[in-house]
Amino acid sequence: MTGQNNEPVSDDAALEVEGLTKRFGARTAFENVTFSVGRGEVFGFLGPNGAGKTTTVRTLGTLLAPSAGRARVAGLELTPQQGMAIRRRIAIMPESPGLYLRLSVAENLAFFAGLYELPDASERIARSLRAVNLQDRADDLCRSLSKGLRQRVGLARALLSDPQVLFLDEPTSGLDPVATREVHELIDALRKRGVTIFLTTHRLAEAERLCDRVGIMNTTLRLIGRPDELRDRLFRGGLEVRIREPLAQPDAVFSPLPGVDAWRQEPDGSYLLTVADPAAAAPETVRALVAAGADVLSLGPTRHSLEDVYLQLIDTDVEAQAR
Amino acid sequence: MSIDLTRIRAIMAKELRDYRRNRFIAITMTVMPLVFSVLPIIDIFNLSASAPASKLDKLVGLSSLYLLLIPALVPATVAAYAVVGEREQGTLEPVLTTPVRREELLLGKAAAALVPTLLIAYAMYGVYLGVIGLFAHQNVVTDVFKASRILPQLLFTPLLAGWSIWAGIGISTRASDMRVAQQLSVLVSAPPLAVAALMSFNVIRPTLGVALGIGAALLVLDVLAWRFVSALFDRERLITGTRA
Repeated sequence: MTGQNNEPVSDDAALEVEGLTKRFGARTAFENVTFSVGRGEVFGFLGPNGAGKTTTVRTLGTLLAPSAGRARVAGLELTPQQGMAIRRRIAIMPESPGLYLRLSVAENLAFFAGLYELPDASERIARSLRAVNLQDRADDLCRSLSKGLRQRVGLARALLSDPQVLFLDEPTSGLDPVATREVHELIDALRKRGVTIFLTTHRLAEAERLCDRVGIMNTTLRLIGRPDELRDRLFRGGLEVRIREPLAQPDAVFSPLPGVDAWRQEPDGSYLLTVADPAAAAPETVRALVAAGADVLSLGPTRHSLEDVYLQLIDTDVEAQAR
Repeated sequence: MSIDLTRIRAIMAKELRDYRRNRFIAITMTVMPLVFSVLPIIDIFNLSASAPASKLDKLVGLSSLYLLLIPALVPATVAAYAVVGEREQGTLEPVLTTPVRREELLLGKAAAALVPTLLIAYAMYGVYLGVIGLFAHQNVVTDVFKASRILPQLLFTPLLAGWSIWAGIGISTRASDMRVAQQLSVLVSAPPLAVAALMSFNVIRPTLGVALGIGAALLVLDVLAWRFVSALFDRERLITGTRA
């Protein structure tokens, strides 16, 4: 069930944030942030360095007190009195997993199981290690593990308490492609288990692949929605046309076409047509090309990646700041 | 506010395990007590049997003071590491995201510093008493085994350690560099020793009542220090370096 902007309705929300603001003296970390995340949803939180992503996570995780606004986290109002109850229902994996390097993997997890007062600690530890495929490394000292394995231990630790909401802050930062893929697979597995995941990341392909919805942050929340929805919102529709030989008079071919607002030739020789409805414009375009004697190799709607959306938005911000 | 013993035990167990595998802490906890126990024993055995009673008294007082340096100084280094060490390692933030209360975290860390300190300090005092009892002149034995010597030693050991630990953790909570925290902690742990020194050198006459009175004062100081350090422990400041 969704509401405006595909926002999950509030009674089903794992996170509800309304006008949340955090200031450190005169400096504003983030301002007037409003969004909600549904239960079981993977929500990506994107933005450049210093955009306030980590501070938002820390605020929702009760480590920092908000300066203004309100939030509900895992069904509880974000107040100092509810801090402990909220921390029982959530888990945060910071960018650096922060393991005790002189302790073994199992000892690290046992310590955290104690902090959560988990009654069946051994069983939970074994289950968490199985979930991240580290059951054979339980007795290894953490200092002997690679960065990717340490990240997996950090994830196992976050899973110990069966959190309702899991905050992952740059979980693949600094990992090689193989380790990154492993973390992605783990996040996929968690999604299948119905865990709500709040993922902050710089990796736009990662967000596109893993997240149901994303929010793009730059001190304020600039955009929120499904990746495809954001593409539609920021970019007009387009058709990409590839033909064997360049047209002698492209303007004479494309300009008279109904529905084609503009066209341009790309450096690789293809043509990009700006259209309101790619599906409606495509047949007319093919007919016009064939009539002009062109050999059509391919014709299809243009694909903008989440990266295009992100860069378009952040570039706009940079230009606005420069003005 | 309810304090949860499971969490305190978990913190204590983790800290003790971490100390055992930290060479720097292990060396500090071994070498310092050995130095502070062996030196007074050597001094006492260098004293001739015909030495005047005043000199003997002074030397035994000095020995007691040396032994009290163990609870005063040994936990200071460990306590100074407690918070700033975790911050530097990046392990503090994950701990603060759990349901642990600051009082539980601090008590767990304090207990982990106190228990080995007491074991070491009392063990060294036991060795000192044993060596004196077995091998020293009778007049030395009589002086060392006086109740007015033993009681302050037993009583002041945990109380001095308590002060040293809370001062160390307090400094660790506010410091941004571990080495600075350790140096300051050692410095701050010394002042209460002055009272013990005055008793050891008979400037304050060491009677049972005086020892209990000073012990009670040290206990009050320890409790106040715990409350003060708990108030200093600000999650926001520890995470961001900025006050809430």
